[in-house]
Amino acid sequence: MSRLSDARVIVGYAVAESLRRKVVAVVSVLTAAFFVLYGLGVHFAFEELENRPLAGGDLVDEQALVGGTIFGLAMFAVLFLGSVLAIFLTNGVVRGDADAGLLQPIVVRPVGRGTLLVARWAGAAVATTVYVVVVYAVSLGITTALGDWSPGNVVMPALALALAVAIVGVISVLVSVFLAASAQGIAVFMIFGAGLVSGLLGQIGEALSSERLVEIAEIVSTALPFEALYQAALYLITEDETGVTRTAIELGPFGGSQEAGAGLVVFSFAYVAALLALAVRAFARRDL
Amino acid sequence: MPPAFVAQDLRKRYDATEALRGVSLEVGEGEVVGLLGPNGAGKSTLAKIACGLVRQSSGSAEVAGHPAGSAEARAQIGYLAELFRFPAWVTADELLILHQRLAASNGGSGERTELLGLVGLPDAADTRVGKMSKGMQQRLGIAQALVGSPSLLLLDEPTSALDPSGRKVVRHLLDEVRGRGVSVLLSSHLLSEVELVCDHVAILVTGEVVRRGTAAELQKPRGIQIETGSGTRLIEGVGRDDAPRIVRELVEGGESVYGVEVLSSTLEDAYLEAVGEDAT
Repeated sequence: MSRLSDARVIVGYAVAESLRRKVVAVVSVLTAAFFVLYGLGVHFAFEELENRPLAGGDLVDEQALVGGTIFGLAMFAVLFLGSVLAIFLTNGVVRGDADAGLLQPIVVRPVGRGTLLVARWAGAAVATTVYVVVVYAVSLGITTALGDWSPGNVVMPALALALAVAIVGVISVLVSVFLAASAQGIAVFMIFGAGLVSGLLGQIGEALSSERLVEIAEIVSTALPFEALYQAALYLITEDETGVTRTAIELGPFGGSQEAGAGLVVFSFAYVAALLALAVRAFARRDL
Repeated sequence: MPPAFVAQDLRKRYDATEALRGVSLEVGEGEVVGLLGPNGAGKSTLAKIACGLVRQSSGSAEVAGHPAGSAEARAQIGYLAELFRFPAWVTADELLILHQRLAASNGGSGERTELLGLVGLPDAADTRVGKMSKGMQQRLGIAQALVGSPSLLLLDEPTSALDPSGRKVVRHLLDEVRGRGVSVLLSSHLLSEVELVCDHVAILVTGEVVRRGTAAELQKPRGIQIETGSGTRLIEGVGRDDAPRIVRELVEGGESVYGVEVLSSTLEDAYLEAVGEDAT
């Protein structure tokens, strides 16, 4: 059997597992709760804007400011919930499953360890990509329907978020080679948090014109590019805005948008490939 | 045709612990070899090296002529670990389908039905693993190991969770697979089970094979017990070949002989002696 066929079997197994484990039900409930709360938030934000326009409204496109800010908040929720799903779906993929005795019956089959690991990540990435795109689309639908605002770029921010979540997944897979399931989950959540904090640090650095803070944020952003992709996605939803509106959006509570070109996407794919190669190498040397 | 499994001077070190210390062992085609030994003797490590889960520190291990752990070697084996688990969300049939795909077996539903029948789970195809008892899961594990008609079956304590009837099913199953030419390396603590089904036995102690042979070869003659008119006599230090002479001498000496029993040590005695424990 070819590696591709092996990989297809494992991806199918991983997807089936993700659909039938209780974690999907939990994430679905959390997502439904998010939609309700987000819908209320959008409704009241735009209602408030209609009743009480912002000060300096003639300089700022109020609709874009509120829409961009609140949809940026939704995108943060998409990134967070997607990352939670990615971490749960890849939790214990190597050491956790090996400790539980789940991995050995599969590893002894002719399918190679490398194929197994890459396919497990790919299965999780398929599930999280579908999740991110669906939640993004529903959030966009809510924003458009209740706020009569839509982002400048609709498709690319969703893909950037999906890639960001896939990166969280690959980090989780790599960590799973070394740590038991619970330690893995905690470590990856802390890494995710570190990435978000670095983004905020960069914003603060820019506001204070601190080169050192910006430099630190850039280093962390390179090591954990999911944050850079999130910032790029934020930039894309308001890419058409200019002037004071653009500045106001960038200074918003969940702003921190940063323009990024194709280089970030290329780097992100290379990053995924490098981490997978590292995980495969470490897994190949591990006794089970 | 190369043997199903050959280990030569196999050594494995886990940090400071030497789990295997120069083990050499062969499992021939269609042969059932039993591995005995106390906990920590290296039985599971040997099975894991055979199926590529663990890499040896030195020495060589081959499965059907292929280096253990290679894709070619793994294509030849079926394995049931001592500590294993299957996902609770799959049914028995789904699990077997997954392993059929991974083993590139084209046996289809016929193979799955046959295997579930062989392990005594003919009606469990749609039962989820999470709803199965440990014994049922162990039977399913054996069925899983047999997917794709492996030429070497590695079973590590396959009956540890089974009741007596379950063990009987496994014994019949081992006879069945032996009949099909499948070689088996069976690790077990159940000496009676090993004695009943294995062609050869190897006793491992602290990573070394200390005794090997057929169950009969491992047992030692203990003497002859003779029932005579003047009572039962135990004559030690003699064997089966001495029985006719002893009976003749007794009869010539005027004794009436009513029964003769040749006594030999059990596999348990041989095992306890090998591991250095008192049989009493």
